[in-house]
Amino acid sequence: MHNFTPLSGLLGGALIGLAAALLMLLTGRIAGVTGIVGDALHGSSDDRGWRIAFVAGLIAAPLIATLFGAPLPRPAMNASLAVIAIAGLLVGFGTRMGNGCTSGHGVCGFARLSARSIAATCIFMLTAIVTVAIVRHGLGG
Amino acid sequence: MQIAASFVCGLIFGAGLLISGMTDPQKVLGFLDIFGAWDATLAFVMAGAVAVAAAGFAIARRRSAPALSARFLWPDRNDIDTPLVGGAVVFGIGWGLVGICPGPALVNLAGLSLPIVVFIAAMILGMIGHAFWGRHATAPHAVQSPALPSRADG
Repeated sequence: MHNFTPLSGLLGGALIGLAAALLMLLTGRIAGVTGIVGDALHGSSDDRGWRIAFVAGLIAAPLIATLFGAPLPRPAMNASLAVIAIAGLLVGFGTRMGNGCTSGHGVCGFARLSARSIAATCIFMLTAIVTVAIVRHGLGG
Repeated sequence: MQIAASFVCGLIFGAGLLISGMTDPQKVLGFLDIFGAWDATLAFVMAGAVAVAAAGFAIARRRSAPALSARFLWPDRNDIDTPLVGGAVVFGIGWGLVGICPGPALVNLAGLSLPIVVFIAAMILGMIGHAFWGRHATAPHAVQSPALPSRADG
């Protein structure tokens, strides 16, 4: 097992949980990125402000991190642009159809002990594991 | 005030994703690749996030209203229906193909690398596509009320 970083994982995870807790305690909203972005696309304008602000916060985080010497995130991706585009379409469509992603179902749903969210999280995790197994190890590759 | 609070929450959320390493798709794929050199980090991220969120939600449950708005918009569904299962499968395939989900995608947007821009454009297209598809699929049941914000799980 290489690249295993449990401490920074726990710390970063705690911050994600703190953000979800604060968003609920302050604004009464669930910190689900899919719902926040998706409803900003076609919601009413008075409901749009806080959504855009949350997304702006997500994008601003790495920009502020550059002040402390961190590089801008430009992740290495092995997949071709065509596969990346297909993956983006599937992620956008699937998260809306299933009403949530790793934040809304995974973090907030588990924290609420929602059977619905726990089921969704188990299903998308298993599907992703099978997908990676096929892409990386399947078909004689 | 709600908008400022929301921005700060987005900022903390983004910082958490960066510190945890979950903005790096290779790290996410390393967790999903259980037959390869498995990287268990994502499980620790989830554990930390769920523990702190659960504590915060427990405090919220004891309060009558959030600090800056009229009421808590807790998700109010607990049924496991076909769209939930189908959507999770479709999302899982996309996530497994590249190792990026919506939150980390948006944090990575700051770097404006071509793959991320392509991913986010496609993701938004997929979300809009679902809205159109949903409108046609539910057209015969026109009496269906517009979804309340509290109905969304995330």
